[in-house]
Amino acid sequence: MRRTHFPKAFTPDLGWADVTPKPLFMNRRALMAGGAAALAAGALPRAALAAWEDDWTGGEEIAASRFSTDEEPNSLDEITNYNNFFEFGTGKEDPARNADALTTEPWEITVDGLVENPGTYDLAELVGGLPLEERIYRLRCVEAWSMVIPWVGFELRTLLDRIGVRPEARFVGFETLVRPEEMPGQRRGILEWPYRDGLRLDEARNPLTIMATGLYREPLPNVNGAPIRLVVPWKYGFKSIKSIVRITLTEEQPVCTWNQQNPREYGFYSNVNPNVDHPRWSQATERRIGGGLFNSRQPTQMFNGYEEYVADLYAGMDLSEHF
Amino acid sequence: MSLAQRLNIALRRVPIWLVYLVGALPPVWYLYLGATGGLGVEPIAALEHALGLLGLQMMVATLAVTPLRRLTGVSLLRFRRAMGLVTFYYISCHLLVWLVLDVQAPARIWADIVERPYITVGMAGFAAMIPLAVTSNDRAVRKLGPRRWARLHRLTYVAALAGAVHFLLLVRAWPLEPLLYLAAILGLLALRLGRRRGARA
Repeated sequence: MRRTHFPKAFTPDLGWADVTPKPLFMNRRALMAGGAAALAAGALPRAALAAWEDDWTGGEEIAASRFSTDEEPNSLDEITNYNNFFEFGTGKEDPARNADALTTEPWEITVDGLVENPGTYDLAELVGGLPLEERIYRLRCVEAWSMVIPWVGFELRTLLDRIGVRPEARFVGFETLVRPEEMPGQRRGILEWPYRDGLRLDEARNPLTIMATGLYREPLPNVNGAPIRLVVPWKYGFKSIKSIVRITLTEEQPVCTWNQQNPREYGFYSNVNPNVDHPRWSQATERRIGGGLFNSRQPTQMFNGYEEYVADLYAGMDLSEHF
Repeated sequence: MSLAQRLNIALRRVPIWLVYLVGALPPVWYLYLGATGGLGVEPIAALEHALGLLGLQMMVATLAVTPLRRLTGVSLLRFRRAMGLVTFYYISCHLLVWLVLDVQAPARIWADIVERPYITVGMAGFAAMIPLAVTSNDRAVRKLGPRRWARLHRLTYVAALAGAVHFLLLVRAWPLEPLLYLAAILGLLALRLGRRRGARA
């Protein structure tokens, strides 16, 4: 049931498709500026429009956010050369080596489960017009290393509103692409593919939870989960699922790959918590990438430093049990 | 003259100190790379990992000496002591990087050894190597007598197994590499077991 156009009735307000494309707008100015130039410009619109369509933000402004940390972000080189993305191999540098082969255009996302607008949508159609912000977030890996990353994305709740969550829904689950031809890690049973993860709906609706489509104000690189990924900054990095092709709203807690693989080590919540150790790693400290050979460890913060925004979500819960 | 015999004659001309010299270089080289950006953006983990792998590889090579001689006639026996000591040197460097560059806080070291199974197993493997290194000189062989010395040096098998299990326990999910090391070590130990049974029968 592929749809080519998102139903207007469920689009909260005007999307980017309703706005005059920037090149045309610029071109109109050129028309006004000079008569002779205007004639020459007659051939322009088509090419200019194509260029505009290539513009990944849809011509949208990228707003700054009060949720951004003022810590120094890691360099693009660091962010794109050291991460886990098991679809491309288990080594930290495997994704950087292998992810270029991934085709991200066209990209379709299936929305199903307890939603008003189920269907398979083209990415631009699904997320176009949702307000983009730069979010400079700390990222804490369960392996006790961390980075500061300037994501660009929109709040997940704006997408949830667009797809229309039915009242019975309590969780949202996500799936990563399965394409072994382009993802060498999937040719072996390192994990059970597709990679899956999910959130409780109130976690998903927290304003800190974003869907990232950009990094350093450029399109999200393949290695970091292009073209669209989840970013949940108060949880260990593996919860922030990459290269998403399915979003499912459910009443039951969705399957999460790492939790399924080893429930003793990886809980459904997987909130950053220095007081609850992973059986194999102490979570009390972390090493911020980029400090070289003599880098020192720094204390890990509760909820990765986002306690004031998210602690309420877990009021009354024993976090050593619901880890 | 067979190929094995010719190889053995050539090998007899290789001085043992060359094994020590060449063996000593990789950790120094890795340290240099780590300090100059050659090990990527997380050089501490990369250095630790590289040294651990070197140790495992040298361990596998050392364990292969006896089966190699039995199966092909090529004898590296002259170099085995040096190979064992180089293994010990790599694992010592690996441990040192973990202590000094990685964990840093002395209070956490003991907690890690007790609480984290992969570290417990790794440390047990290292501990098993200490008496081997200490008794790796001719005087110790004379003092212990060849039978007791040989029995003591079966600790090598414990250390090798501990090393492979340590690697398997520390990775996430099921990557191939640690399974290959474990398979190689189990295979090399099985060759010995088969022989011992055969000798008795």
